Amino acid sequence: MTLIAPSIKCASVWGAQPGYSQMAYNITVNGTARAVDVDEDTPLLWVIRDELGLTGTKFGCGAAMCGACTVHMDGQPLRSCSLPISAVSGEITTIEAVDGPEAKAVQQAWVARDVPQCGYCQSGQVMSAVALLREIPKPTDKDIDLAMNGNICRCATYVRIRAAIHDAAKLLEA
Amino acid sequence: MGIEDIRLSRRSAIGGAGALVIGLALPAAGRAQGAAKAARPIDPNAYVRIGSDDVVTVFVKHIEFGQGPYTGLATLVAEELDADWARVRAEAAGSNPAIYGNVSLGGIQGTGGSTAIASSYELMRRAGATARAMLVQAAAAEWNVPPAQISVEKGVIRHKASGRSGRFGEFAAAAAKLPAPQDVKLKDPKDFQLIGKTGVRKVDSADKTNGKAKFALDIQTPGMLTVVVARPPRFGAKIGSFDAADALKVRGVKAVKALPSGVAVYATGMWPALKGRSALKIQWDENGAEARGSEEMIAQFRAMAQKPGAVAAKTGDVDAALAAGGELVEAEYVFPFLAHAPMEPLDGYIEWDGKSALARFGSQIQTLDHAALAKALGVPMPQVKIETMLAGGSFGRRATAVAHFATELAEAAKAIGPGTPVKLVWTREDDIHGGYYRPLFVHRMRGAVKDGQVAAWANDIVGQSFAKGTPFEAMMVKDGVDFGMIEGAHQIPYDIPAFRCTVQDDPTPVTTLWWRSVGHTHTGYAVECFVDQLLEKAGKDPVAGRLAMMAKAPRAAGVLRAVAELARWNGPTAANGRARGVAVVESFNSYVAQIAEVSLDENGEPKVHKIWCAVDCGVAVNPDVVRAQAEGGIGYGLGHALYAEVPLVKGAAAVSNFNDYRSLRIMEMPEIEVVIVPSAEPPTGIGEPGVPPVAPAVANALARLGRQRPARLPMVRPA
Ligand code: FES
Ligand code: FES
Repeated sequence: MTLIAPSIKCASVWGAQPGYSQMAYNITVNGTARAVDVDEDTPLLWVIRDELGLTGTKFGCGAAMCGACTVHMDGQPLRSCSLPISAVSGEITTIEAVDGPEAKAVQQAWVARDVPQCGYCQSGQVMSAVALLREIPKPTDKDIDLAMNGNICRCATYVRIRAAIHDAAKLLEA
Repeated sequence: MGIEDIRLSRRSAIGGAGALVIGLALPAAGRAQGAAKAARPIDPNAYVRIGSDDVVTVFVKHIEFGQGPYTGLATLVAEELDADWARVRAEAAGSNPAIYGNVSLGGIQGTGGSTAIASSYELMRRAGATARAMLVQAAAAEWNVPPAQISVEKGVIRHKASGRSGRFGEFAAAAAKLPAPQDVKLKDPKDFQLIGKTGVRKVDSADKTNGKAKFALDIQTPGMLTVVVARPPRFGAKIGSFDAADALKVRGVKAVKALPSGVAVYATGMWPALKGRSALKIQWDENGAEARGSEEMIAQFRAMAQKPGAVAAKTGDVDAALAAGGELVEAEYVFPFLAHAPMEPLDGYIEWDGKSALARFGSQIQTLDHAALAKALGVPMPQVKIETMLAGGSFGRRATAVAHFATELAEAAKAIGPGTPVKLVWTREDDIHGGYYRPLFVHRMRGAVKDGQVAAWANDIVGQSFAKGTPFEAMMVKDGVDFGMIEGAHQIPYDIPAFRCTVQDDPTPVTTLWWRSVGHTHTGYAVECFVDQLLEKAGKDPVAGRLAMMAKAPRAAGVLRAVAELARWNGPTAANGRARGVAVVESFNSYVAQIAEVSLDENGEPKVHKIWCAVDCGVAVNPDVVRAQAEGGIGYGLGHALYAEVPLVKGAAAVSNFNDYRSLRIMEMPEIEVVIVPSAEPPTGIGEPGVPPVAPAVANALARLGRQRPARLPMVRPA
């Protein structure tokens, strides 16, 4: 996960209460500029879900420990549950809009292997896998384990995740 | 109740003209008493709908939380219907025990005990065959040819002689007007096109890969408030008093209300709700709360296990056999409280207008949830509707006899008053602190080896019954013995001349619950570790030694042989500092054997390299789903055996989230190879049976690496 220096784009200040300033933040999500009026400590996850209505990104732990909330900021995977809106400094992409050859390959491989069980963790798994393949087009098992270790799957679909990432790498080669 | 009792009783068209809808009703004997009778079908629930667009929609009476009933039940219908699999969809059925009751759960509608496929195998095929017969009849009438000359293949109805053909959708409307046949013939299994075949892809994978699948957490409606509840940390405590002033100052917080379960914060979104909750000041009333911790409870259970409890099963005279000389072997196994920690914590949505309600959530036992919602809202059951959502896992957690979540959902709606839809969300911390754990258990084992044979086996079990005092008591408890506490320990696959299994239970205020594979979560470990230890003492090979005692357990022996072959078993020692262990467990009428290859890593922690797994679950309706469940069951069983415990300290959980309630991650996931033993037996479950053998297989491998079989789980414990 990338750590980002806060860059607050403050549009207006509301009657604040101690410790929290409230303002409208301008963020770009899935290519669209959005203004959201929330407390500065609001995690990106809840902005995406509750304010923008994009529900593909999930909540599993709220503490950067499970990966269910993984989105991309400027292409880098990050845990949206633990990034306050005030620290968002790049363009956000969620599962609803992730695209490009890696995303296509990953989603195709996922379906072909019937990776999902309950499916709840899979948005996050897909986002992490896409980021991995953009970085390392032909990952080894070790690369996969390292890149995907932050994404818990309580259904333990891990063997299929590994296999599907290899499949996706092959699809990209072709 | 036999399948011969299941007859078509109603048929009706829903979803507009041009749709053929098939419903079957169970006879009264298959229904629950009381509430279920009152809920005699008033709306035309059904199993399958065929639209004019050719789409076949199968209504699935079971919750889908990853174990595959959407695909499985749709396969059963599509098989007999000769449908085009590409046009088959699955949807959650409504809540109606009269139609969707589970005969394996006493007739109430619900999912559990790995029964979805077993309880649907004939029923759903019959629904498919009925729909097919009606479509054929409609085509025959239209073409003016005898129905017997019509064939159906992949969604196309054909009359060969006249060269006519048509798709399902063309005949759905006409078929819907015909009387349903009372009796239909099911296919000979040798003619199956979908059942048991590989390459039948799951119906829900795409939506679960692109973020479109909708869970209860994803429900958003105009005016809806998000609710989180502060509940007492100690089991058995209640609200004393609370001050909501600071919480109400949080922007977005709309109300704070006392519920029977805790203090509820209502807000415009999750974040303000959480901030509001942390700003609450609450005094808990801890009179009658649990004051002990796990360690005190374990000490007490261990002391109790020194004496036998209620006899669950016995053969011969164990005390005499243990005293008769030979080598005495003793062991004690301690099992911790476990949280299920499904990936999606508990959540649900409800609309309440003062007279009626619509609840949308991952309801696992719809009938009990339905009754609980109605009761809490003070309205009759027909005034309440449940829409069963996809759920992000359960592992047993969403199925509580007391329907506490449905009750809390209704109370949250009631407290804010009619007209405000609410979404109630538990956080991960709420989930891990929230009880309904796999109970603590202690197994005391004593055995004797005489003349190279296992001569005696005594197993004294102490734990907590979660069935007593609930609607499941009648089903699970007999003569004071709760079957859920001893299953797998009282009937073991081995012939032992002197055998006894006893059980005692000790109620505590800590709420406990079934957890994926129920009693087998601990009995599988105790039995399979202990038999291995006895065989080691007797100088026998773990596989051959077991097989020699399994004359009366042919299917268990079958999977044991199959896994030994798959792994090319050649004794417990493997190369490169690795060792192998084996275990075989029957659960929910399915048989699973596993071999684990294990080494110790640089920290001395077990590293599981590979699991070989053989499964006999009768006819494998979808072999790939069976494999997936075996893989997932292994991961789930392994993760908890290695790492998981909810320790209680002074009556409260001392872990909170995935940092200290450690979950298996991809790095710890072994390679897995599964073989499905071919079988013509009726299908049995697979959601749970993959779980029990993995922990003892790993423990038995550790015993060959110079370690003891871990006497207390989890195997990796914080120093
Ligand atoms: S919800 Fe963000 S990592 Fe778990
Ligand atoms: S598919 Fe259920 S948690 Fe991953």
